Amino acid sequence: MHPALSVIFFSTFSGLGFGLLVFLGLGYPGVTGWSAFAFFAIAYILAVGGLISSTFHLGHPERALKAFTQWQTSWLSREAWCAVIALLLMATYGAGLVFLETRWTILGIVGALFSLATVFTTSMIYAQMKTVPRWHSPLTPAYFLSLCIAGGALLAGQVTWAVILLLVAGVIQIFTWGIGDKAFAQSGTDIASATRLGNIGKVRAFEPPHTGTNYLKREFVYVIARKHAQKLRIIAGLLMVVLPLLLLLLPFNHYFALLAVVSHVAGVFTSRWLFFAEAEHVVGLYYGARTQAG
Amino acid sequence: MTQLPARTDKKLGLVIDLDTCVGCHACVISCKGWNTENYGAPLSDQDPYGANPSGTFLNRVHSYEVQPNQGEAQLIHFPKSCLHCEDAPCVTVCPTGASYKRTEDGIVLVNESDCIGCGLCAWACPYGAREMDVAEGVMKKCTLCVDRIYNENLPEIDRQPACVRTCPAGARHFGDLGDPDSAVSKLVADRGGVDLMPEQGTKPVNQYLPPRPKDRLAAASAEDIDILAPFLEPVAQEATGFLGWLDRTLEKL
Repeated sequence: MHPALSVIFFSTFSGLGFGLLVFLGLGYPGVTGWSAFAFFAIAYILAVGGLISSTFHLGHPERALKAFTQWQTSWLSREAWCAVIALLLMATYGAGLVFLETRWTILGIVGALFSLATVFTTSMIYAQMKTVPRWHSPLTPAYFLSLCIAGGALLAGQVTWAVILLLVAGVIQIFTWGIGDKAFAQSGTDIASATRLGNIGKVRAFEPPHTGTNYLKREFVYVIARKHAQKLRIIAGLLMVVLPLLLLLLPFNHYFALLAVVSHVAGVFTSRWLFFAEAEHVVGLYYGARTQAG
Repeated sequence: MTQLPARTDKKLGLVIDLDTCVGCHACVISCKGWNTENYGAPLSDQDPYGANPSGTFLNRVHSYEVQPNQGEAQLIHFPKSCLHCEDAPCVTVCPTGASYKRTEDGIVLVNESDCIGCGLCAWACPYGAREMDVAEGVMKKCTLCVDRIYNENLPEIDRQPACVRTCPAGARHFGDLGDPDSAVSKLVADRGGVDLMPEQGTKPVNQYLPPRPKDRLAAASAEDIDILAPFLEPVAQEATGFLGWLDRTLEKL
């Protein structure tokens, strides 16, 4: 799949923002007044900034409000609802903390649940795609949610939780890669089922429909060099989990904490780029791609 | 409305004969022509006369080589457009309700004025049937020429999809695949028509007729004794005259 920067930005930063909102909603850290304002400002800049960047890949962003109508079938529509509900609930909860020095506990918990639900609905947009076997797995929501709360714990300064959740996210990431690498071959879709010519003999794409490129090839037949993918996975893992863990285990220092956050964000960004770039869409089979995958 | 209808009154679709298709791409051109000039946003081209041309097409013809275990390789031309699936995954993912499947005839359409151009429907389609138009920013797809098949301003013979009407080989057939007595349903039954990617669970309405077995002249002549064969033996076994001299001289060298 084509790794669109606007979508990678969106899922990385809004994931972190909603992760921070989860912890703020649960009362960790239990801040009020101006320090609560600072925490909420960071969370809203990340979450809302991410959401706004996601509209940049739309052909008609001016019609974006129509995306609220089809929540009964569409995960993208459900995501829009969850995001708006989460942001409104957490804004009310945050206003209580900042201006009234009052914690509305239940409101915070419900807001935290909707923040998690937003990230879950984002992940289901990808996990529902049967056409991309690497994504069509319960590991996809696990990957998005584990990184969301690990990043949230890191931003919220919850060191113990951050250490545990980063480790969990790292393990899920390893499984996502390992199992994802076999998903296409195990999906049962190959050039023989795509063309239904397999009972005659071995099928090979002979000539594409056009000499030039097209939307389908640009969007779905993106191929990343295997050796680069391995290097990028190592870089992502080091930046996302290993370096922040080391920095957290050192004696606490605000610069180390900032460095841990920056490293984690860069790692998640790399991992999310790979999430798209490595994803193989079955339509590539019609263009002769992926035939060596099996 | 992106909920799929429980059932449709008709299942209009195409039957594509892979045995007959000659790969001339006439259906590609007639589709592009009709759908650029009629319903919806035109099918734009980018850099059409330049170094890197590309454009929106609703119907494309691939070509595949199939190598049997024994015998010669075969070249099979493979036209592909929207299959108007019964369980169309492109419809249910649409967040705005722009994509829908019609209850009356099963045609899958896009209401372009509701489309936000998010591209999710194209992601959900395993067949590559949907293409985002770069100039318009909306999703384009085969309409089964909905503006031809019911169009009473056209002579009756023209009330079929442009690709079917134009095919010089008769490789494309249009009709109601939900009616077992229709000509297309009988054709599918006779020829053993198949679904593309059945494991994806989309239940495509369009059907593909597999190529018939090719003639096997070499194998046949080895088995059958042809009474004319003795008359077809080469008359001169040994070269004579100038060529004979040349042959003998070169042999000596």
